[in-house]
Amino acid sequence: MMAAVALAVLVTMALAVFRSIKGPTVYDRILAVNAFGTLTVVLISVYGFLSERPEFLDLALVYTLINFIGTIAVSKYVEFSHMGRPSGGDELGDI
Amino acid sequence: MDMVLEILSWGLLFIGSGFLLIGGIGIVRLPDVFTRMHAGGMIDTLGAGAVLAGLMIQGGFSIVTVKLALIIAFIWFTGPTATHALARAALHGGVKPRLDQSPEGDEPSKT
Repeated sequence: MMAAVALAVLVTMALAVFRSIKGPTVYDRILAVNAFGTLTVVLISVYGFLSERPEFLDLALVYTLINFIGTIAVSKYVEFSHMGRPSGGDELGDI
Repeated sequence: MDMVLEILSWGLLFIGSGFLLIGGIGIVRLPDVFTRMHAGGMIDTLGAGAVLAGLMIQGGFSIVTVKLALIIAFIWFTGPTATHALARAALHGGVKPRLDQSPEGDEPSKT
């Protein structure tokens, strides 16, 4: 049963990879990579239960935070071409 | 009691897997980056949340439960934040949302 959950996660990861290769804009790719990271966290947790080694949950915990920082950094970098101050005078403001 | 917990746990795992698959299909098939963000948000919150909650019940009450609760909390805070930042970046970068009317009126899509 737990293997079926892992299989569902793997199929969804394959779909996310498909979108990240095909995606017409760079934002599609960022979105797909973000979803892939979340699915990696879920897969690590499920695999920890599958192989009965719950130490994997520590890796999942760290991976969640790294995934978040990575997505924020990449979308900010793509938008403003630097990581620092927001560009002045735009009506949308900073990310 | 064990039986109830078992059924609840597998139900949550089943629902979470279903939402993960639906979100993946949505990421591939929806027409626009913003609609795809909707599908990606479903993977982030409901799919991963339900699967991890099912694992939480499955593991019994120990340090594993606390770690899984932390993972759920982090995912639920960071997923919508990342999606929001990405939507901001896409809007600011000139991606037009796909509307069902032509954007000539001042209020193109009223719901």
